[in-house]
Amino acid sequence: MFAKKRFDVWSGVTLGFVILFGTFLVYPMFGILRQSVLNEGGEFTLQHFVKFFSQKYYSMTIWNSLKVTISITLVTLLIGIPFSYFYTFYHIKGSKVIFVVSILCAMSAPFIGAYAWILLLGRGGVITQFLKNQLNINIGSIYGFKGILIVQSLKLYPLVFLYMNGAFRNIDSYLLEASASLGCVGIKRFFRVVLNLSMPTILAASLLVFMQAFADFGTPILIGEGYRTFPVEIYNQYLGEVGTDYNFASAISVIAIIMTALVFFLQKYATSKYNFSMNATRPVEKKKAKGIRGALMYLYCYGILAIAFMPQIYVSYLSFRNSDSVVFLEGYSLASYRMAVDKLLFRSIKNTLVLGFGALAIIIVFSVLIAYLVVRRPSWINNVIDTLSMLPYIMPGAIIGIALVVAFGQPPLVLSGTMAIMIISFVIRRIPYSIRSTNAILMQIPISVEEAAISLGASKLKTFVVITVPMMVNGIISGAILSWVAIVTELSSSIILYNNRNITLTMSTYVAISRGSYGLACAFSAILTLFTTVSLLLYLVISKTEDIRL
Amino acid sequence: MSEHITIVHALKKYGENVIIPDLSMNIKEGEFFTLLGPSGCGKTTLLRMIAGFNTIEGGDFYFSDQRINDLDPAKRNIGMVFQNYAIFPHLTVRKNVEFGLKSRKYSREEITKQAEKYMRLMQIQQFAERMPAQLSGGQQQRVALARALCIEPSVLLMDEPLSNLDAKLRVEMRSVIKDTQRDVGITTIYVTHDQEEAMAISDRIAVMDEGVIQHIGTPKDIYQRPANLFVATFIGRTNIVDAELVVKEGKTFLKVGSFDVEMTNVEKKHAKNQKVIVSIRPEEYKILPKEEKGIKAEVKESVFLGLNTHYFVRTERGNDVEVVQESTIDSIIPPGETISLGLNVSKINLFTSDGSANILKGVKNDLANV
Repeated sequence: MFAKKRFDVWSGVTLGFVILFGTFLVYPMFGILRQSVLNEGGEFTLQHFVKFFSQKYYSMTIWNSLKVTISITLVTLLIGIPFSYFYTFYHIKGSKVIFVVSILCAMSAPFIGAYAWILLLGRGGVITQFLKNQLNINIGSIYGFKGILIVQSLKLYPLVFLYMNGAFRNIDSYLLEASASLGCVGIKRFFRVVLNLSMPTILAASLLVFMQAFADFGTPILIGEGYRTFPVEIYNQYLGEVGTDYNFASAISVIAIIMTALVFFLQKYATSKYNFSMNATRPVEKKKAKGIRGALMYLYCYGILAIAFMPQIYVSYLSFRNSDSVVFLEGYSLASYRMAVDKLLFRSIKNTLVLGFGALAIIIVFSVLIAYLVVRRPSWINNVIDTLSMLPYIMPGAIIGIALVVAFGQPPLVLSGTMAIMIISFVIRRIPYSIRSTNAILMQIPISVEEAAISLGASKLKTFVVITVPMMVNGIISGAILSWVAIVTELSSSIILYNNRNITLTMSTYVAISRGSYGLACAFSAILTLFTTVSLLLYLVISKTEDIRL
Repeated sequence: MSEHITIVHALKKYGENVIIPDLSMNIKEGEFFTLLGPSGCGKTTLLRMIAGFNTIEGGDFYFSDQRINDLDPAKRNIGMVFQNYAIFPHLTVRKNVEFGLKSRKYSREEITKQAEKYMRLMQIQQFAERMPAQLSGGQQQRVALARALCIEPSVLLMDEPLSNLDAKLRVEMRSVIKDTQRDVGITTIYVTHDQEEAMAISDRIAVMDEGVIQHIGTPKDIYQRPANLFVATFIGRTNIVDAELVVKEGKTFLKVGSFDVEMTNVEKKHAKNQKVIVSIRPEEYKILPKEEKGIKAEVKESVFLGLNTHYFVRTERGNDVEVVQESTIDSIIPPGETISLGLNVSKINLFTSDGSANILKGVKNDLANV
């Protein structure tokens, strides 16, 4: 872009990121890799890997994870694609509600859904009890594979819906008309034309669902019971009853990362087969949903939505019921909330705000700067920074937690148990998403606007601050709110890093749930749900768009 | 202060891909100079090298006596107008115009005064407080011009500034740009692929192809005595016909098929028996009755366009050529009729058989003077 590639402000920024990424990303990753091949005496060994693969007790966790994750991915596609097809191509009354509630489901804390389902369909769940006592029907166990599948599919199908909505709206109606003129209509057209055109998006959504489901810790630990998945196993190795085994936890982490990396590249390869882009000159017009088919569409959309969202409402409702920690009693009060106040509610909220905003500020600054480096000043070193920033995308949260503990639990830099380590983990967890979205924003801004500023005598730094950043600001704010929600509901790395001082609202909620104190858990869940709901409504007001990239 | 620009042996490459191999030219002080060529010819690349947005792999660029190769674009004192205007969308018209002045540490009163002056010059003072999104394309272009001019740059660079406007507005803005440039008297380099626009607006034009300047000259010189076959075909419409040059008794004749005519303006060193290529513009043919001396041809089709009538004819040698005649009150020649085509010998151009050079006297190409 510039006449000379000499050392300037931006070279300094590049250098800064090399140091930061080296310290807080590469070094911890390297630490995990190192730990995985060392024994207690600090000598090289592959015993952990041998142990993992030779003992079915351990190796089955990965296969369990893969099985349930692939099932979840397929089910979300099965639910999400028809859902978004009806939403995009038909006038469904209350589509705004459908849209908002779907986002709420997708962005809610991952384990609240699991908890709600346990309250409804678990051993002591209201529906289970009702069916058993009144109708003498035994619905069987919701725990294990089934439970994880139900909870995660209902939480993640909105991702498919949001992505597919974007893809379907980009389909040119001329293409559908052309297809009709060639005699291909109806269900045949849906599969041969509509779905094929949306293939890149289907693959993108699948990858996102896969990564989130694969790495999820909260759901399997609450509802998985005997069905052991690997994030839970990593946690157990780190802090289980049998004691800490960093080395073995690291080995499992390395295996898991290799798995996710394989999936990631497989997806990239599959996507490369569909190398086209769409931009509808005339988007498909929505049709009226009429007759039996219309009724079925309504039933489908609102039915799914209700099943996905009602549990959260139910939990919030329970938070106002009286309880004596193990059973809910008659009558309503704020007793559960009073109890929450005693259980670090205010500290959790304060921590959540401090950590959340702290991490958010860093994420925004980093992703804007990195986007600028990558989009405007491409060079091999900036590409390395870009690639590194993508690494956490394939790293489940639990692994990031372990990596940070391993790296910063001992000198030279001791951070474990501090607020700082929480912020670092939030930044690492969120930065791949955030950088992707700022990159996209910056690519939309023609470079000539910046050149105009420079030709008028503004310095590079001034151009960036006065021209580039203000033009990006709307996109940045939208992205920031989504990051905020993700940070507020973060569990899988926090659970490894938290303590009483840096505990967050999500962690307090999780702790209350895992200790089995019903009222308290519901109160915390309700507050957390309120947090995310308010944030997301704010997002919807500000962004005014249906194009959401989580 | 306006400056003259000198470029000596400029080289531009991306990796191993050479865009501009070796380019030299002079642009006079206060001149309206246009880089004209087909897309991909390197004209925008060259402009951006002058602006400082592209690296320079070789050669020297001077603004008057100052070498600018290593000067930061912000310090070159250029005004630039971009193809997509590049108006700052988050700033009002006034703030856009004032932007460059603020970077230059003017006092507040000077900034206001200067911005007012140029907004008035470009007739956008009534939109001063509006946001760019509320302006039409033409108005945005005026803002871009005001913004570029009000810093009183020593050079104004314009990169296809009219290509996003509709045809009518393009013609209007063309004269706005030309008049403003003349009033301000600033050295201007203008890039376009539209040869009509270039002819209308420029003092001098450099015709470029594949990174090489083919011809630098006034619009008239370039149109009437193009330096080579590429320039002849790129500027205006023309018919290309193979012919022979025959020297008989000290006189030079052009022989097109069975028709021959004496040429009096062939450069001496080229006056020998050789194959040549003739460029005959449609208006350089004369339609004559078939009995008269000329190239025998048959009318295939005619198109009446009011002022002129275009005839598409096939010559006896099987060449399809286009002929333009001023429309007459008489009837149009019907298809199928045989005619004779005379030539306006003083206007047609002759090139060497490889098309690389015009062999007539009177070719003015400033490229040779660099």
